[in-house]
Amino acid sequence: MRRRTLFAVATVMVALLLICGCTGTTQPDTPVDTEKQQLRIATTTSLYDTKLLDRLSAIFEEEHNAEVLIVSAGTGKAIEYGQRGDVDVLMVHDRAREDVFLADGYGTNRRVFAYNYFIIVGPESDPAAIKGLQPEEAFTAIREKGMAGDADVIFVSRGDASGTHSKEKAIWKSAGFNYSTDVQGSGDWYQEAGTGMGATLSMTNEKQAYTLSDIGTYLAYKGDLDLVTLVDEGDILLNVYCAMQINPEKYPDINSTIAKDWINFMISDDVQKEIASFGVDQYGQPLFYAAQDDWEKIGVTLAEVTDPVL
Amino acid sequence: MYEIIEGFLEAVELIITLDPDVMAISARSVIISFAATIFATMIAVPLGAAINFGTFRGKKSLINLIQTLYALPTVIVGLLIFLLISRVGPFGFMRLLFTPTAMIIAQTVLVLPIMTGLTISALSGVDPVIRDTLHSLGATRLQFLVNIMKEARFAILATVAVGFGRAISEVGAAILVGGNIMASSFMSSTRVLTTAISLETSMGNIPKSIALGIILLVIALGVNLIITTIQHR
Repeated sequence: MRRRTLFAVATVMVALLLICGCTGTTQPDTPVDTEKQQLRIATTTSLYDTKLLDRLSAIFEEEHNAEVLIVSAGTGKAIEYGQRGDVDVLMVHDRAREDVFLADGYGTNRRVFAYNYFIIVGPESDPAAIKGLQPEEAFTAIREKGMAGDADVIFVSRGDASGTHSKEKAIWKSAGFNYSTDVQGSGDWYQEAGTGMGATLSMTNEKQAYTLSDIGTYLAYKGDLDLVTLVDEGDILLNVYCAMQINPEKYPDINSTIAKDWINFMISDDVQKEIASFGVDQYGQPLFYAAQDDWEKIGVTLAEVTDPVL
Repeated sequence: MYEIIEGFLEAVELIITLDPDVMAISARSVIISFAATIFATMIAVPLGAAINFGTFRGKKSLINLIQTLYALPTVIVGLLIFLLISRVGPFGFMRLLFTPTAMIIAQTVLVLPIMTGLTISALSGVDPVIRDTLHSLGATRLQFLVNIMKEARFAILATVAVGFGRAISEVGAAILVGGNIMASSFMSSTRVLTTAISLETSMGNIPKSIALGIILLVIALGVNLIITTIQHR
């Protein structure tokens, strides 16, 4: 008799456990406010690490009664998420790969919303003497010293197929080197971090090495870094950010309406002003420039910076 | 050294003032890992019992395989679940990627081998005299199982604690399938203690990392205390 009661109690407990378990998983599926739309964005780390997107998404959420979910990854990974249809919007900075992505039909409605510049940063002592050089000359000098075995000269690469990594490869190419044979794996002087911009800057700081960074992330991290800007001039250093939506023809259940809202939001006058002034009070200079004012300078069409997507 | 002490003090402050960010991340960590542990327990205990009491060909190899999977790397679990639930994957239509549910699934899969294996050890560790007694008293199959389980309950409880520990401390799968999202609503966010520590450290917010690390350890300690209290009763 007692055994039977015990068994009954056990059964009830298992049933309770099951119920608890089930409610445990169903809860995350159903948002508290069902009215709210969710917008999933895969972004390059520089827009996230500078906290620009935190600021903008807060405004957007208020205006559109939406919830913005941001996954921060390098441009390469963000594009991969886009190709798999795992997000609604991409925010990236790698024109060449964006073009391929659009041509393959994965993306549509690209709009350019901001730009700034890449810089080469390094230790104040500047062992490779690159200060004030053109980017290509600076890379050549770092490689030369590094190959010669100067232990103080190290270049830390993002090494993660990000937009910044793409730019770095473009500079090596422009300097006349074959990236995979002349640079990658050519010696201890060239080290691939395989991580985001902020983490790469921290690593560069620890090693007192050189790296290529976007100016926004560098300024946001500057307070913690013992690194100075050594090269900041050269056309190749231009860094253009765009937003585009994943093509609803490829993935029909993508949230296309809210994705378009976001893109239009990014090129709206208010947000363009917000971008241009972001960080000025904290860092004494803007982290990003609004694309609308300078579309000619950054080599895009007027339509790409002003035409709302329909 | 100064940085560590300063970070530690700021960490204590973040904890004492119940910093809402830190509290939300901690609560989310506990909820996700606790749910994963419950699911894993519901699968691992019956499965472990079936393997332990069953007689079938390849039993030894199966146990060997399970024990090998104790070392299952978290990123491999993450990658596997990512490929399964990504939109183009077989379960993509469920739109689970970058949700807490995805993290629960990944952590369940992650702790399943170790919990199954330890359940087998717990059950096989029951004194053979008790088994023989049960048999000679003419216990039915169910009575036999219930009594063996009762004998092994402390060891099984320890198994649950190990599973929870592995779930809450892993970072590889959580970041791959969760995406480390900090959204405005609690249930849409996927930032947990480990992924937050990884991000905050990379962003140079050492005090916050230390605070989150302390909380992680305190949670582990709390779970251990609960388990030992029950065991010593």
